[in-house]
Amino acid sequence: MSPADKTSTTVQGTGAVSADALAQSNQRRMAWRSTLQALGMLPVLIILAIVFELMSGRFMSFQNLSIVAQQASINIVLAAGMTFVILTGGIDLSVGSILAAAAMVAILGSLIPEWGMMGIPAALLAGLILGFVNGALIAFGRLPPFIVTLGSLTAVRGLARLLGGDTTQFNPQLPFAFIGNGTLFGLPWLVWIAFAVVLISWFILRRTVLGVHIYAVGGNPDAARLTGIKVWAVLLFVYCFSGLAAGLGGVMSAARLYAANGLQLGQSYELDAIAAVILGGTSFVGGIGSIWGTLIGALIIAILSNGLILVGVSDIWQFIIKGLVIIGAVALDRYRLKGSTRT
Amino acid sequence: MTGPSPILEMRGITKTFPGVKALTDVSLTVYPGEIHALMGENGAGKSTLMKILSGAYQADPGGEIRINGRPVVIDGPLTARQHGISIIYQELSLAPNLSVAENMLLGREHKSGPMVDRRSMEEACGAVLDRLNVDFKPTTLVSELSMAERQLVEIARALIANSRILVMDEPTTSLSSKETEALFGLVRQLRADGLAIIYISHRMAEIYELADRVTVLRDGSYVGTLAKEEISAEKLVQMMVGRDLSSFYKKEHNAHGSRGPVIFAVRDVGDGKRVHHCSFELHEGEVLGIAGLVGAGRTELARLIYGADRRTSGEIFLNGQPLSINRPEDAINAGVVYLTEDRKHLGLFLDMTVRENVNLSVLGRDARAGGVLNLKAAKDRAIEAIRALAIRVSNDLVNVGSLSGGNQQKVLLSRLLETQPRVLILDEPTRGVDIGAKSEIYRLIDDLARRGVGVIVISSELPEIVGVCDRVLVMREGRIEGEVGGTDHPPITQENIVAIATGVRKAAA
Repeated sequence: MSPADKTSTTVQGTGAVSADALAQSNQRRMAWRSTLQALGMLPVLIILAIVFELMSGRFMSFQNLSIVAQQASINIVLAAGMTFVILTGGIDLSVGSILAAAAMVAILGSLIPEWGMMGIPAALLAGLILGFVNGALIAFGRLPPFIVTLGSLTAVRGLARLLGGDTTQFNPQLPFAFIGNGTLFGLPWLVWIAFAVVLISWFILRRTVLGVHIYAVGGNPDAARLTGIKVWAVLLFVYCFSGLAAGLGGVMSAARLYAANGLQLGQSYELDAIAAVILGGTSFVGGIGSIWGTLIGALIIAILSNGLILVGVSDIWQFIIKGLVIIGAVALDRYRLKGSTRT
Repeated sequence: MTGPSPILEMRGITKTFPGVKALTDVSLTVYPGEIHALMGENGAGKSTLMKILSGAYQADPGGEIRINGRPVVIDGPLTARQHGISIIYQELSLAPNLSVAENMLLGREHKSGPMVDRRSMEEACGAVLDRLNVDFKPTTLVSELSMAERQLVEIARALIANSRILVMDEPTTSLSSKETEALFGLVRQLRADGLAIIYISHRMAEIYELADRVTVLRDGSYVGTLAKEEISAEKLVQMMVGRDLSSFYKKEHNAHGSRGPVIFAVRDVGDGKRVHHCSFELHEGEVLGIAGLVGAGRTELARLIYGADRRTSGEIFLNGQPLSINRPEDAINAGVVYLTEDRKHLGLFLDMTVRENVNLSVLGRDARAGGVLNLKAAKDRAIEAIRALAIRVSNDLVNVGSLSGGNQQKVLLSRLLETQPRVLILDEPTRGVDIGAKSEIYRLIDDLARRGVGVIVISSELPEIVGVCDRVLVMREGRIEGEVGGTDHPPITQENIVAIATGVRKAAA
């Protein structure tokens, strides 16, 4: 940090003038900062939407926006789980693989006579169990999250292929196909699910004791332990939650495709999920961030993919532009909120 | 001051942050070969003034800084260094993974061609280290050094940069009394070499011992400068707080000298490494001190009792009932809480609000069914804590990281008090806290004892131990070596404590 950055954070410490002036300036600055933080990346999202509308002329149609939301939905669900993990200062690289394994469980389950809809809870349970394994290794084995989930990224991918006999599994009569293709009150089911996950995440993070403990563990793990917080339980929970979210993502993928493929499904989804969280302003070292930021981050990624296709940019350039926009947007965000955010 | 002309003159320095005036027309004049103490409560503007001197901040236009009589503009840390100014911060700024020599010459590595010339660096550093009379080498890794040795590396770094003005910000905070003595000797030697030393400290004793002159700041303004012969504790306190502190230490809880029943007992506690067979009893409404040199095992003992570290032996009793404490939450649930000595790293959540920090330990108790937060209870508790402990903060949604040391400590204390403890273990409760907040913390300790709480105070500041405690255990090398105060022990004096702590005398136990 350059000295100028520190100004805003040290003012109260060094300032000494009258208590009134101090309080007033504090309040003004806090109001300003909370507005900025609440807005987060929203301006970027809006600018992107306007640019694509101007360039293509059909971006802003209800039909297209609905498609964007649908395309974003699975990433939103994964990124919600990822937000919990990153808030504790961890990382979950295995969500793409868990999604593939869970999708496979969902399809195979639905193929069992009499099971049908039972494929859904089976897939969720599979995701939860895999997340639990990650969490147990990290919370009790004290292993670094990056290493543990890097390992399960590979191992669970293998598991997904094993489950499906290394072929694509179909169920043309998938009983829960409506989740992937149907609508409710005019909006795709996938969108409703993603929104519900965001709401549940918000509630846990901001309205429960567990949520405060998640922020505390991410902000200062040593202090959290001395404060009497069960750090292991918090870590176990966030990886279970992330695994469960990936399991739900698996159900959503399977429902959309009527099929699952252990090798290809969910490849590099973890990267999009992490990008969404970071775009949303969540600190990579933990303790700072919000689920709303993640939602906006995931939407930015989806808008970029959709808009670039509409505008007719080639596949290769899409990758390059997406990557640059992610870096640029985060750089802009850091610059804007200097002194209040650490990454 | 007679003799040479000043090496540093700061005149009319004003610094405004958005909405806050941190310094108003402050002046400071320092001569070569003097130790100039800078005093003031936290928030008085000492750090801001020093940050302006070091180029971290720019003063508002209108003021002037002169070095050796010539006006200079210090627009960054590099310029400050070029003008011979070095600052040794409270939180040391060394890279632990590098060697002493690499740290001393960080950013100014000697080179031969494109390569780093290690031998030349080590020779240059060795010469400076010899001058400081240290017993580590330029090639030693900083991570292997003690806090005191790291401080010496910082000083050596200033010397090798040919600094003429050395700012030391609370340099003794983490040093034992022996290390402090050594540091003082070194500071005097530097003074004899003609360096100007600006010495920031809260500790009165250090000011007496070292300072040639003292400048006091209060609320961002210059209050005055005292020459050595004018320095007295009463005068300095009065200048710093702007009023008299007639009864700095309070000991009203024990007015009759009578003792309540034993509420807490520790028997044979140890970890097999740094703490051995410690036993003691704590009475209701008693303030029990634990003294000893740094490294005597005081903090380690407290952490064992609190369940923060694993103990290999010993039992703990509350009201005669054995407690099973294996984790901090066990201790908290039993009513035994611990205030850490390291509030920034082990205590507070700096990115979280005052409200969250105050409530963290009781969120579960207040919660509604299913672990849903009780927002109203949290808000009420925070507002009440701010009022009860006079925490200076505009509202309870301010991040704790932005508060001064004293106010941070009060927030941390509030969190402990919210759990309604029966036994309170305070580890260095006034470290890095200004003098006003100090007296408030002493009053709080007295108040808690009067209400029957058993308070254990661990402190390296002997006047504090003597001032607030009814009885003092003295630790040495991981054992409780003796006791002062109470009925059948020598009286509580600094001499008696030091004698036991250093092993000069075994207490008549």
